[in-house]
Amino acid sequence: MTRYRALLLFSLSFVPCGQLACGEGAGNAGYASVETDGAPVVARYGELVLSSYSNALEKAQSLASALDELGTVPSTESFSRAKAAWLASRPDYLQTEAFRFYGGPIDDEDGPEGRINAWPMDEVYMDYVEGNPMGGIISNSTQYPDLAPDTLKALNLIGGEENIATGYHAIEFLLWGQDSSPTGPGARPLSDYLPAESPSAARRATYLRSLGQVLTSDLASVRDQWVDSGTTYRKAFAALPVKTAIGLILTGIGSLSGAELTHERLQVAYDTKSQEDEHSCFSDNTHVDHVNDELGIVNVYLGRIGDDDGPGLDDLVAARDPALDREMKERMLAAQQAIGSIPKPFDQALVGDDAAPGRIQIKAAIDALKAQTETLTKVAKILNVPLNLE
Amino acid sequence: MFRSIWSKEAGPSSLVGSLLLACALGCAPEETQPASDPNRHLLGGATTVFDTSQNAFGYAARNAGAEHRDRFAVGNSFFKQNWVTAPASTAGRDGLGPLFNARSCSSCHLNDGRGRPPLDADEPIIGLLFRLSSATDTRAREPHYGGQFQPYSINGVPSEGVPRIARTELMGRFADGIAFTLERPSYTFESLGYGPLEPGTLVSPRVAPQMIGLGLLEAVPESTILTLADPDDDDQDGISGRPNWLTNTVTGTRSIGRFGWKANQPSLLEQTAGAFLGDMGITSSLHPTEDCTSEQKMCAGAPTGGVPEIAEAQLNDVVLYSRLLAVPAQRDFETLAVKEGAQVFLALGCENCHVQQLLTGEAMEFPELAHQTIHPYSDLLLHDMGEGLADNRPDAEATGSEWRTPPLWGIGLLSTVSQHTRLLHDGRARNVEGAILWHAGEALKSKEAFVAASVAERAALVAFLESL
Repeated sequence: MTRYRALLLFSLSFVPCGQLACGEGAGNAGYASVETDGAPVVARYGELVLSSYSNALEKAQSLASALDELGTVPSTESFSRAKAAWLASRPDYLQTEAFRFYGGPIDDEDGPEGRINAWPMDEVYMDYVEGNPMGGIISNSTQYPDLAPDTLKALNLIGGEENIATGYHAIEFLLWGQDSSPTGPGARPLSDYLPAESPSAARRATYLRSLGQVLTSDLASVRDQWVDSGTTYRKAFAALPVKTAIGLILTGIGSLSGAELTHERLQVAYDTKSQEDEHSCFSDNTHVDHVNDELGIVNVYLGRIGDDDGPGLDDLVAARDPALDREMKERMLAAQQAIGSIPKPFDQALVGDDAAPGRIQIKAAIDALKAQTETLTKVAKILNVPLNLE
Repeated sequence: MFRSIWSKEAGPSSLVGSLLLACALGCAPEETQPASDPNRHLLGGATTVFDTSQNAFGYAARNAGAEHRDRFAVGNSFFKQNWVTAPASTAGRDGLGPLFNARSCSSCHLNDGRGRPPLDADEPIIGLLFRLSSATDTRAREPHYGGQFQPYSINGVPSEGVPRIARTELMGRFADGIAFTLERPSYTFESLGYGPLEPGTLVSPRVAPQMIGLGLLEAVPESTILTLADPDDDDQDGISGRPNWLTNTVTGTRSIGRFGWKANQPSLLEQTAGAFLGDMGITSSLHPTEDCTSEQKMCAGAPTGGVPEIAEAQLNDVVLYSRLLAVPAQRDFETLAVKEGAQVFLALGCENCHVQQLLTGEAMEFPELAHQTIHPYSDLLLHDMGEGLADNRPDAEATGSEWRTPPLWGIGLLSTVSQHTRLLHDGRARNVEGAILWHAGEALKSKEAFVAASVAERAALVAFLESL
């Protein structure tokens, strides 16, 4: 029931205001209310979310199988397959980040987002690191005899908050290890999983297997809330006033475009120049995170599932102001291109002075995303849907 | 065990009625409250934002420029994300602990709101900390545990222990006979990691305060605060109001403390750097060494996340972030209940300390904060609040029963932003009414008038406060 409570909270909390540095009494009474034509867009969004989480879950299940295999038969091949499965799992999950930031099943008060994709990793809390060869839960069988999935979930909450001992980045760390290389990803040796060579090999494999199970069960729980039956969140979402639902949809993509992608993922790394101030630092896969976050935004705006274009926000905008719809599409395209042009790996692109090619591209991506976010606030305004973004 | 503590304090029920009447006749709204001011609800002047969601406290000043917004975003990241144990690949974010209260600023200031005490024994303690000082020398730290009790630690370092809260219910009645209960907490420390606390250790519980409007408070000229002060109660209204004078460790000058429950920090830079070290074990340019006592050898020997652990640029960005977090506008200010409540607020003398309007002065490099008319409902001064609230632990010039008037802006959004309505320095008050009922000392007359007020007047006052 907490999920419905969160939903109600959001539906009541909007105030009339429609732009970034927002004033009072914004809104646009000159255009048709989204109540008249928005319902198919809300319905399509529900299908998109279900489809996206289903894809993410499927890839996570493949990953969990590969982690199992690595634990059972550790070899160069199974190690490579596990890493390949992790890399393959990321795009689909990142696309679902467009469904965060409004207290839905992924990140309401009991939402599992913190267990799925939290960052940064407390590496030595889990395993050895350079300078602390016996560090971490994995080496400490006395204090942590059991590494079952429920134990890891509980450990993740010690200290009353997310401690980041689970999720994609925890798996990433156990596959790649610390990234101390200036040019490539982390280089965890296979011997970490060979009982003859590492005393913690079996426990590390158990930990990894449990991480796979926690990830798939968490993703399944979110996916299940978007199934269109029974008393799921999807049902409650569909029953919201159309304007409220569109507000949540816009809050998700607006927050991802602005606060998360522009600021948290790019501006912070750009400013700190800290080489590993990037979300997928162990695998040097951060560029894939950025590209797919943006793709998630595009999918929502267009109502697109795979290649199948359905009723989207674009249809509502085009019906009111075709020029604004064109502007939004141009800005999304520009953002996709700018993000795609950041040289890889990301941790190399962000170093140097501001004239370095990588930094110029990151700055261009930041600017393109800011423009996209600004246009999204215009979209909200023309749809007369309240939207506050930071 | 219930016992009455209010039996002698209930005054004549007509008191507030007559005060209200006197005010309605004698204080034209223009005089006491610029009701004609159309911007009255803009509690933070031009910085005010308009949001009533869970993120209402999370916005930058509305008039902030693009460059400050970028730095605000970086500050937000370092405020929100966890610090991790050193060494880590994320070298800019490692160095947690070795002893700590929280892994991030936002774990206590969740959504930039207020912390609260745990409500049952199973709930971990987050958002409430304990300052310690020696019984023999109240200016000195507790010798074994230092100046603050830190219940958490990184792996391999013993934690300091587990604070436990016991609560006593106190019962009282309003003059009209309606009963109320209050909760008085007391504290013990179990599973102590470094031997017993020194006998008679002074303990001050403090919840994490809300984060909004801090830059505006920093920009109020010292001379304004001094004008409001009346340390010897020369006007004999029973309200003194003392600045907490202390040394600004950055400038070396004597300054007025503005931040913290006892106004023991003069600037946001010092407040922030102090919290990084004390609460998370993160060293900075202001505090370059970890705070381990001589008995805490594992603490002193643990790996560091660099010297200092938070780089100067990021420290400054977190300071900028806390400086620019904006105050949301007042809501429902045109309803009858809120208008009446504003009159009750005046009639009860709340404004003697919860000063409604201040002007900010110059604000170096922050033009968005300069020369704003703001409505914090605070004088930033220390007031004796009586024995019931006293922690009996002096802090700079603040006595054990003095507390800084906390600003009231944003108070009505707490239930949404922080998902609770707990108030006062240790979160003992369950809600606004409870907080008022704990007032004593200099505020005793106001509290008595509240107890004597009618149900309608009390409800109006609460409605007014919750509109802020």
